[in-house]
Parts: sequence; C-alpha cells; structure tokens
Amino acid sequence: MSVTVEHITKSFGDVRALRDISFSIPEGELFGLIGPDGAGKTTLFRILVTLLLADEGQATVAGYDVKKAYRKIRELMGYMAGRFSLYHDLSVRENLEFYATVFGTTIRENYDFVKDIYSHIEPYEDRLAGRLSGGMKQKLALSCALIHRPKVLILDEPTTGVDAVSRKEFWDMLKKIQREGITVLVSTPYMDEAALCDRVGLIQKGNLLAVSDPSELELSNGTKVFRFGTSGRPYDYLQRIRNLDAQVDAWLFGDEIHVFTGAGVDCGELDRTVQSWDVPDLEWGEATPSVEDYFMQKMREEPE
Amino acid sequence: MKIIEVDQLVKKFGSFVANDHLTFDVEEGEVFGFLGANGAGKTTAIRILCGLSYPTSGRISVAGFDVYREREKIKQNIGYMSQKFSLYEDLTVSENIRLYAGIYGLRKQEIRERETELLERLGMSDIRKRRIGEIPLGWKQKLAFSVAVFHKPRIVFLDEPTGGVDPITRRQFWELIYEATKEGITVFVTTHYMDEAEYCDRVSIMVQGRIEALDTPRNLRRDHQAGDMNEVFLQLAREGS
Repeated sequence: MSVTVEHITKSFGDVRALRDISFSIPEGELFGLIGPDGAGKTTLFRILVTLLLADEGQATVAGYDVKKAYRKIRELMGYMAGRFSLYHDLSVRENLEFYATVFGTTIRENYDFVKDIYSHIEPYEDRLAGRLSGGMKQKLALSCALIHRPKVLILDEPTTGVDAVSRKEFWDMLKKIQREGITVLVSTPYMDEAALCDRVGLIQKGNLLAVSDPSELELSNGTKVFRFGTSGRPYDYLQRIRNLDAQVDAWLFGDEIHVFTGAGVDCGELDRTVQSWDVPDLEWGEATPSVEDYFMQKMREEPE
Repeated sequence: MKIIEVDQLVKKFGSFVANDHLTFDVEEGEVFGFLGANGAGKTTAIRILCGLSYPTSGRISVAGFDVYREREKIKQNIGYMSQKFSLYEDLTVSENIRLYAGIYGLRKQEIRERETELLERLGMSDIRKRRIGEIPLGWKQKLAFSVAVFHKPRIVFLDEPTGGVDPITRRQFWELIYEATKEGITVFVTTHYMDEAEYCDRVSIMVQGRIEALDTPRNLRRDHQAGDMNEVFLQLAREGS
C-alpha cells in the first residue's frame, strides 16, 4: 500500500476536524478525496505530509510512518498545497531551481521527468511567478512538486478557482503522472471530478462517508432517482413534488430536479401523477445516480 | 420587460479589445448566467454594467438608466455579492446587515424591522451577535446574498456565488435565489464553474471578448450534443483559441 490511514482523529479545540478516518491507497492509484470546504480534506493531507500530528490513529506514506519517519516521507512525496506553493517574487526558473535544491537534486538531473509539464511554461522562464496566469502557475507548482521524482504526489484542491479549460488540462496531466507509476492523492470540492479518479473517498464534516470506485456507488435502502426536466422553470415544481409523499425528496439539479424515492414509494403511481401534470416539454424518467446524488443521500443519513 | 439592454458594447484598453461588440438583453426576473474563462472579459463588462467604468462605445442601459450619464442611479438600483468578499469578517451578523443597509440609505426603523424578519427567515436569529468569521461558509453565503438584496434592488450581481459548499447547502442557496426572482429581482450570475451555469434560466458564453453562444442550458446542450455545460464550454473555448 502506498498510503494507509487507520483511525485518524484530529480536533482543534471544540471542532472535530477528522473523526476516525480509515482507508488505504494501493501503489499507482489516482485517488480523489471529495468534499466541501471545511470537510477536513486539508487537515488530513497535512497529517499525511507530516506537517501536523493526529490526536489518534496511524498513517503511512510510501511505507513509512508519518510520525516516526517523517524525514523519509518528505523525500519521497511531492506536495502541492492549496494556498501556497510558489514564491511570487522569484522567476519561473528560480522557483523550480529552489525546489530542486531543497530536495538535493538539480533540474538537469530530472528534467525529462517534468518536461511534459514544464515545457508549457519554459518560454516564460524569466517571468516572475506572481505574474503568471492561473493555469501557468498551476503547471509551475506541479513541476516543482515533481522535480525530485516523488513516489507519492499529494495535491490539495489544485483545480479550485481554475477555469474549465485549465481544469481539463490539469486532469490530463494527473493521468500522465499516474502512468509513470506515481500514486496520486488529490482533493477537490467538485463532485464532477470524481468520475476522473480510480477511487474516491467522500468526506463531510470530518466523517468519511464512503470509499469506492465512482462508477460503483449505490444508493442505500432501495432509493431510486428520477429526473424531472421542463422547458419551464423547474423551481416552480419543486415544492409540489416534495409535497407528494413523505418518502419523496426532491432537489434542484441544474436546470432539472432530481426526485429521490424511498423504498415504500409506488413508482408507478408517482409516474402517473407527474405525467398527469401540465408541464411544458416534460422529461421524466429514472436516472443513473451521480456522485452528487450519492453524496446528498449520505449527508441526510449522517447524524448531525 | 428588459431590465438590461446591451447593444454593441465595445471596451478597449489601448489596442487590446476586452469586450468586442457585445449585444444581449436580460429579462426582468430572469436568472442570467454570464460565463467565460478567466480573462475572457467578464469582469470588464460587469464593471460597466455596475456603473464603475465607461464603455468605449455602444448603447447600454441598466434598470432603465444609461451607463454614460446615470451611473449613480444605476448604483442605487443594483446589489452585488461575491464569493471572495462581501461581508466583513470581524463584524457581527447584525452589524454587517446594518452597515450595508445604512450605506444604501435605509432608515433605522426600517432596518430594524427588516433585519428581524430576515434573520427569522434564515433561521439565524440566535447568531445575530456572532462574528461573520465564526459562522459556517454556507450560512455566510446565504447571508451575503440576503444582504445584497436587503435594499430591494432591481438587479443583483452574483460573482461565483456557490463555490466550495456542500451539495445540499448549495441547492438551498439556489432556492433562495429563485425565491428572490419571484419578487421581481433579476439575478445576473458571473462564473467560470459550469455546473453553476446549469442553474441559470439563460446563459451567455464569452470567449476572448466575444459572446459565442446565448441560450437556455437545455438548448445549448442539445445544439452542441453535449451531456453538460462543461462540454459545451470546452467546445466553444477550443473553437475560439
């Protein structure tokens, strides 16, 4: 196993940031930790990268204990922090050189390893990092995290605040890095990025809700999801659907509504009821639950 | 009724054309999404619509007021909320409401009544004396939106409003937005998060200073044979570059 986390718990005063978290990641996997702001993603990553000690539990990275062998881990992993990764008043080249030197290597020694990514920004080598666009900063930060050929790459919300085009490019780069045999652990608040991972861990308020292949998540208790689309405004029908049955729950899903039915709901009757309404260009039918549907169901099941 | 009318808006900085002949209208009560990549020219256009900067040319009116001659009138009739900055972290919930209401010239009595009513509606009466920095992000967003519409503006501009919150809180936020439109408020959302765009009645997509598409999310997905707005956007951005 490339990363193991066993019963990790961490509190800050009254705030229970992580509650008994356990999971493991095999070598070469692309694992996504998915959850909203404040879920505990950064706290968990800071424990794994040996910047913070857990209150309870154990963790290993690249086979080494995060507490006892933190020096070894720091050599073997690359970390791209959410907030700060680059020195804005150093040039592109100077940033990369700095990171290489800190890890006791040189750009020349490992150039072939970062070339695919670094070549995009190489034409701007003399520019100050603070003057790069968001997408270019990201590429430089990733180059810096990789310059010492780490075995495990840990990235904290690398795509937050990045536009759709750069986001796609970034995920393509992560896939390439994974193909080099590096284990990639990435966190994100965007549920739609789950599908790009081999496996995901869903985290909310310090609780790990599930760990799974994103295509294998199944709603519990026989819950089904139906999608309700209209050329009108879905919001106008939201309350009406919620009022149908105590076991029917409905939430906006972009310009549609997703209707969740409990085990006791007669889907045939629900179907007839909705079809009988006067809805402009109604689109109605059972839907394949998305990661977001699953996340929402889990959230509602969790005790506060 | 058209609440925003933009006809051939051009904005140049030297030889750089940030907004290249933008033409679009926004209907009263609509949730209008204004999308584009970073650097596409969104912020430039919004600053003009909010009366903070002059266009180089074009005919533009906001809430019936002209962006060249009636900028102060425009400012009185709009609200603004941004994800990054809206509320003062070191003021309390109540102090933030009173500060913004005061800036917009509401009377003390009116502020008191509306504040009580608002906090009850949001379920935040118990935390009115808590500092903003201490309350969860989801509550902050709901409060920031409510503060932005507290003076009952005709239009509210939302800048990437729902990033980072859990999926349920986010949907509750959108319900709050739709509810505001029922009172006749028009909502103008700028974002580069495409899943946020799916919630808008209509969206425009800007690529390198131009509007390349404008329609309902449903029609855009159909016309581009795309599963979601993200795919629509990637197609348009690729054609543009």
